[in-house]
Amino acid sequence: MYQYIVRRLMLTIPVVIGVSIIVFAIIRMIPGDPARAMAGVNATPEFIEQVRVRHALDQPLHVQYGRFMVNLLQGDLGRSIFNGRPVTTEIGERFPRTLLLATVALVIATIIGVSAGIVSATRRNSLFDNASMLVALVGVAAPVFWMALMLQLLFAVQLRWLPATGIGQVRHLVLPSLTLGTASAALMARITRSSMLDVLRQDYITTARSKGLGERIVVYKHALKNALIPVVTVLGLQFGILLGGAVLTETVFAWPGVGRLLVDSILRRDYPVVQGTVMLLAFLFVIINLVVDIAYAFLDPRVHYRSESGE
Amino acid sequence: MRNIDLTAEGMPRKKTSEFREVLRQLVRNRAAVVGLAIIGLFVVVSVFAPVFSTHDPLAANLGNRLQPPSREHLLGTDELGRDLLSRMFYGGRISLNIGIISVLIGVFIGVPIGAISGYFGGKLDIITQRFIDIMIAFPGILLAIVVVTVLGVGVENVMIATGIASVPIYARLVRGSVLSIKEQSYVAAARAAGLGDVRIIFRQILPNCLAPIIVQSTFQIATSILWAAGLGFLGLGAQAPTPEWGAILSNGRAYIRTAHHLTTYPGLAILLMVLGFNLVGDGLRDALDPKTRS
Repeated sequence: MYQYIVRRLMLTIPVVIGVSIIVFAIIRMIPGDPARAMAGVNATPEFIEQVRVRHALDQPLHVQYGRFMVNLLQGDLGRSIFNGRPVTTEIGERFPRTLLLATVALVIATIIGVSAGIVSATRRNSLFDNASMLVALVGVAAPVFWMALMLQLLFAVQLRWLPATGIGQVRHLVLPSLTLGTASAALMARITRSSMLDVLRQDYITTARSKGLGERIVVYKHALKNALIPVVTVLGLQFGILLGGAVLTETVFAWPGVGRLLVDSILRRDYPVVQGTVMLLAFLFVIINLVVDIAYAFLDPRVHYRSESGE
Repeated sequence: MRNIDLTAEGMPRKKTSEFREVLRQLVRNRAAVVGLAIIGLFVVVSVFAPVFSTHDPLAANLGNRLQPPSREHLLGTDELGRDLLSRMFYGGRISLNIGIISVLIGVFIGVPIGAISGYFGGKLDIITQRFIDIMIAFPGILLAIVVVTVLGVGVENVMIATGIASVPIYARLVRGSVLSIKEQSYVAAARAAGLGDVRIIFRQILPNCLAPIIVQSTFQIATSILWAAGLGFLGLGAQAPTPEWGAILSNGRAYIRTAHHLTTYPGLAILLMVLGFNLVGDGLRDALDPKTRS
């Protein structure tokens, strides 16, 4: 087990380095002069030259990358071209808001998705099952930004129950987290249902039933524990996807998190901030995946700790 | 692994009957038929967009701005007085094109990577896998956003971006299938017969990975359409005056209080198209899986 964890940790290192190379490459791969791209559209030739020297863009690539990595490890992601503030400050201010949004969305998605999935599986082909699976299909297919606008239209413009945009109070959180969580809830409902149905077909469930145990105990005590294993995996992955998906939700709800910061920075060509945000989101996703894999190994004794490549 | 020996060499008859069987399974699945009907409708509308359009999708008419749906403009007009329905017909073309082309890009890059990685194994496999791990480190739409940041905005770049974003999915999927198929006896037989690696990969192994690739591609078209619309909505995809659904929705946002038809209908169109491909994907998965056949 420990060997597996160590191995899994070691595998993360090349990935993190690879991610840093891609993030480093974002500016260098833009067609044309990276210094001009970073200096902004209306920059004077002197300023472009200044940017070139400051960011060592006149040095060979490996020197540039070395500098980039040294700075990164010291927590220095450069300064925003847009407002001159350190990128870490810009991100540090906004990240807790994205984290809050994604966490609440995940909690909502899990509660709704898992309970709908269980009920659907235990009452297969019932009206509830069919209805909730139809809702789940639509929930997965609906574009998140459209869902956001429709909820705004209904609850903010027409019913006036909730604010359309803004931040600070719990009621500001309701629509964004509901929007962000919808697709995840739908996905989790579908996965819980099929996993539960799989488990309910197993021999040990038949045995439990034939022992005369009540259906409730069979479902909630015997089946649920195993049925939730795939759900846990998806849960972790969903959290990463929610952090990425916040890009769209935050834009609609004017939620000042890192997702909106990323989009604004791309549109403003504020590349240092783009790099910092992408690095943060990818790094988090790598860590989440690591945790999920290790949790999975603990939950499912059938996982082979030995080989990582044979799965 | 779900793979069916449907193209073992020298047995062309089995191939056709297998195809018929899958088709038969598919049309017996009510949800899949609904999905096929939705896709069919969108394909017809897109192909014949110039015929169905009652107005020029790009012709502005400022005297006729933000009109609600009427007989003249069935879905109303936008902020420049353009007919929304006509714009949406042409938008369907763009979304379908993006979905299909990005999947082709993903397949043509991802499938060979996965096949070579799984078939040859060893160091090559380890290195390839680390590359795939790196690509997968960018969750969901983020990889597409990174690519668009580098390439710049526009429909073509969105196709490339969403295509690249799907490469790791195919590489993983095919590698997994190849790992199980390469142990089969007919592969060993082909090797004993002196067939080269390339021939074995293309003639013996890949045809047997087709089922999961087809299923994944159907879902991936849906995902690419969603991603592309998301990029369009963020201003990182199709640019004005291109009538892409995500971009129309994004422009219409400013008028949501007075003219919500500009956001409601394009979103519904995206939802329906994505739903259609997902339903067919579900149907294909069941039809191609011998275990769930009825």
